[in-house]
Amino acid sequence: MMQFMLLFSRQGKLRLQKWYEAHPDKLKKKITRELVALVLSRKPKMCSFLEWKDLKIVYKRYASLYFCCAIENDDNELLALEIIHRYVELLDKYFGSVCELDIIFNFEKAYFMLDELLLGGEVQETSKKNVLKAIAAQDLLQEESEEPRGLLEELGFITGS
Amino acid sequence: MRGLAVFISDIRNCKSKEAEIKRINKELANIRSKFKGDKTLDGYQKKKYVCKLLFIFLLGHDIDFGQMEAVNLLSSNKYTEKQIGYLFISVMISAHNDLMKLVIQAIKNDLSSRNPIHVTLALQCVANIGSREMAEALGTEIPKLLVSGDTIDAVKQSAALTLLRLLRTSPDLINISEWSSRVIHLLNDQHMGVVTSAASFIEALVKRSPEEYKGCVSLAVSRLSRIVTSSYTDLQDYTYYIVFSDCDIVTAYYTDLQDYTYDFVFSDCGIVTSSYTDLQDYTYYFVPAPWLSVKLLRLLQNYPPPEDPAVRTRLTECLETILNKAQEPPKSKKVQHSNSKNAVLFEAINLIIHMDSDPNLLVRACNQLGQFLQHRETNLRYLALESMCLLATSEFSHEAVKKHQETVITSLKTERDVSVRQRAVDLLYAMCDRTNAEEIVGEMLEYLESADYSIREEMVLKVAILAEKYAVDYTWYVDVILNLIRISGDYVSEEVWYRVIQIVINRDDVQGYAAKTVFEALQAPACHENMVKVGGYILGEFGNLIAGDPRSSAIIQFQLLHSKYHLCGPATRGLLLSTYIKFINLFPEIKGDIQNVLKSNNNLKNSDVELQQRSVEYLQLSTVASLDVLATVLEEMPPFPERESSILAKLKKKKPSSVPDGPEEKREHKLPQAQMSNNIEVHALPAISAAPLSTPSSTGSADLLGLGAPTVAPSTGGGGGGLGGLLVDVFDTPTQNGGGMDANGLTAGSDENYRKFICKNNGVLFENDSLQIGVKSEYRQNLGRLGIFFGNKTSFQFTGFTADLVCPGNLEYIFFPDRNAIAIQNIFFPLNFFVQLSCQPKPAGEVIECGAQNQQVIQAECVTEFSEAPVLNISYTMSGSIQRINLKLPIILNKFIEPAEMDSATFFTRWKALSLPNQECQRIFKAQFPMDIEQVKTKLLGFSMSVLLDIDPNPENFVSAGILYTRTAQIGILARLEPNKQAQMYRLTIRSSKESCPSVLCDLLESQL
Repeated sequence: MMQFMLLFSRQGKLRLQKWYEAHPDKLKKKITRELVALVLSRKPKMCSFLEWKDLKIVYKRYASLYFCCAIENDDNELLALEIIHRYVELLDKYFGSVCELDIIFNFEKAYFMLDELLLGGEVQETSKKNVLKAIAAQDLLQEESEEPRGLLEELGFITGS
Repeated sequence: MRGLAVFISDIRNCKSKEAEIKRINKELANIRSKFKGDKTLDGYQKKKYVCKLLFIFLLGHDIDFGQMEAVNLLSSNKYTEKQIGYLFISVMISAHNDLMKLVIQAIKNDLSSRNPIHVTLALQCVANIGSREMAEALGTEIPKLLVSGDTIDAVKQSAALTLLRLLRTSPDLINISEWSSRVIHLLNDQHMGVVTSAASFIEALVKRSPEEYKGCVSLAVSRLSRIVTSSYTDLQDYTYYIVFSDCDIVTAYYTDLQDYTYDFVFSDCGIVTSSYTDLQDYTYYFVPAPWLSVKLLRLLQNYPPPEDPAVRTRLTECLETILNKAQEPPKSKKVQHSNSKNAVLFEAINLIIHMDSDPNLLVRACNQLGQFLQHRETNLRYLALESMCLLATSEFSHEAVKKHQETVITSLKTERDVSVRQRAVDLLYAMCDRTNAEEIVGEMLEYLESADYSIREEMVLKVAILAEKYAVDYTWYVDVILNLIRISGDYVSEEVWYRVIQIVINRDDVQGYAAKTVFEALQAPACHENMVKVGGYILGEFGNLIAGDPRSSAIIQFQLLHSKYHLCGPATRGLLLSTYIKFINLFPEIKGDIQNVLKSNNNLKNSDVELQQRSVEYLQLSTVASLDVLATVLEEMPPFPERESSILAKLKKKKPSSVPDGPEEKREHKLPQAQMSNNIEVHALPAISAAPLSTPSSTGSADLLGLGAPTVAPSTGGGGGGLGGLLVDVFDTPTQNGGGMDANGLTAGSDENYRKFICKNNGVLFENDSLQIGVKSEYRQNLGRLGIFFGNKTSFQFTGFTADLVCPGNLEYIFFPDRNAIAIQNIFFPLNFFVQLSCQPKPAGEVIECGAQNQQVIQAECVTEFSEAPVLNISYTMSGSIQRINLKLPIILNKFIEPAEMDSATFFTRWKALSLPNQECQRIFKAQFPMDIEQVKTKLLGFSMSVLLDIDPNPENFVSAGILYTRTAQIGILARLEPNKQAQMYRLTIRSSKESCPSVLCDLLESQL
């Protein structure tokens, strides 16, 4: 079972965090700090797997973003790498050549997509077609429910009817 | 949500952390006022503000409001508002939040919604939070979604994984046994996504009750087989050519092409099978359903190999196919292709190792991993090393793994990534056995000099364990450990150096070598403190073995050690002081030098209490005690009990995963040769027998040799073997011994009186002007009861009267918890693994009035044959002066004999049966007493043997028989005594089935004739 997934930039800024095991916020911050430092200190040709406490860390860098996840001891490391890759593919397909900014500005979409791929730390749907279909259906509902608004209304200066 | 985008841009444009915080605080104030004041806030705005809060939270700021608004969003009928509400709840609300009841209510509503997309949202929220409260409220609803025929596939997928999450957090609340068969059959589902999710859930159920879900094995095997051996590969090849024939699309993602190919194949060829359409979407870079394959392979690792031969054959075929595919040329150069293909391969190898039954598969797996050891992908090398560790523990593949030793050693030396080198160390450890131990240990030692600090300690432990386990020649072992200390002293934990001392003490064949080697090692200008400790301890015990060489004479050894003294910490200094006092015993000629050191102000007035006390007491001991006393107190350490190495325990504790039970254990089911314990046991042994008086006993501490930090020689007051409390009173009032002691520390006359009891049970054991000690005893089979009577003949009161039993060698006694005697027992008799005689004394009273008599009762049991007698140490105070009497207590082997009657034929049959040389003992000796027939007969009867008539043709000869009772056995004893009156000589022959008995009994009987 995957324990958590973190996305962070080369500067160490956390862009996305998903925890599949409940921890207090303080501990989450501590773990994040520790792992960001650990992964950033590694050189390019090094192995993508690390032993860390009683977990295995699997990470991969895509452009300026590091994708890092923690799996349990009997989980398959190579497949964890490919989960990361499949997630990147999904983001890429959805945003069209995804970049860090897409994830920053549309973080909620990134979460929705991750929930389709993984649930409770286990792989739920590996078919790219099926995930994208589900997300497309969500977007369709969104468009239907949101009628266009004026800029002032958007910024909260006036209230819509 | 443009407002959100604007806010995010603002944050990104902030030039400093302060500006960012300022902007955030402004936004928080804004949102707070909106939530508070504006009642007319619509769903869209709530969604936007909640989303902003979420963003702020994810930046790492604390958010303490907005939860109510998020919960409101859950009941919105607009999907996107609901979705953001759920996201906020999943990310920010802890399981114990007050609002949880409302959340659960909203989830309930959505679960029963007819819109599957709402059901999925609710399920995802449950899976993300997974609280116990949710399990209670929804634990019965969700299983129905999973097994119902009406549920759409996507909901089934989410339901399976949501249940899995709840099963993990609250296993007692999730009960699906009602539907177990239907759940198992989800493995047959048409939809691969459902199968993938269900497989995870089923694995968790299987772990809980394997029997109940046993049916999943055959289903999993057939599903796996369909994936692995699908006709799909043919089509795949077809697709492959299309991809590469069109250069423009080579770089595009495979799945795009997949759709394209699919259409192409479908329309033009019309050869699509149903399994093909299944697999189509789940093929990842030319590998069919890697995630599902891996899940199925893992599921099967919960069971032994299938019993049904057909299923088993099918599984073997699958595994072979997977191994075969690994040899095929890659269908794509992309790393995703090889990763997913190898993911399946490694999981298949895990299953092969788990089944551990097919040598062919195991060896093939090993060869495959061998290829990976030199692969250019670091990840593969890492995984291959890891997987091989497991293969090394299988008897079928251990030899195959060993073939790769050179490659692994090269990895250890050349890998640039420390985590890979760590794996190489693990594998070397796992593949080590008697044949390659020297080479592997040598390589590891060499590597240790340049090893990363992060893995040194573990390497040291591993080297120490291997060296001990596979040592044929213990000098090699000693060399290895000393090298460890030399190369990596800081990383040599106490366990390691305690261990080398234990082994040296237990094996007298290496003691001389060890002394010589540590002596040489100590000559290095800078040597590690651990080396000084080991050196100090070993020279203190065995320095005499090398003192014959003028280059390592006593004084040189002492000076060498003392030159390190000032560089060491207090623990080591304490140990060295103990070494010095031991030197006084080993080398009386340097007593003066040592006393000077002990006397120096630096020691005698040391601010460290322990060092000061040791100096004072050792100095006093060396001044007061006679040579005999010193020799007894400072005797060589007794052997340590043999048990599992604590180093191994430490390694297991440190890295449970890296010690897959030493390969040797698994293969041979036996413990390493020289394993002895230094666990946390009360058998803490002191560095030397004479221990400082008031130091608390370190028994029971986690201290291993009993000389751990701060090196405190444990035990409260101790005495020499037969010396009782003599040393305890080094500082006490001058002692008046009850009539002086002989060389064995016994009161004069003790031995003679003791002998009187060989053939009788009652009498006076000791008598002087003031005290009379009488003994009455009775024996029945292996049990005995002694009453000891202490009579005060004076007109003074005896106070502080104690009579403690001290058992030499292997005798044991169980003390009543009255005094410090337990400590004494621990010092001299660390382990009674060979108990011969156990005695239970009851204490005598502390005071004996004038003219009165006190009684002490001792119960004894003969556990096995023995020769030494227990010693009774008596001390008391009479008119201000301390009296000491040490007596041998007449608990004698023959007391446990009972006479036996038999006829001539039986006697001679048995006599002849005992014809082995060690079953007989014969003595010819001069008579000490008149050779009177009746007297001899009385003595034989008193010796507990029968006197048999009409057996020996010569009527002058005595023939006797008896049975010696011990706790575990009855030992037959036959004796023949032939007097020769002319020569005033006897010939005594004793035969017994137990080889050590005849000589002991001959000694005893001879002294009586």
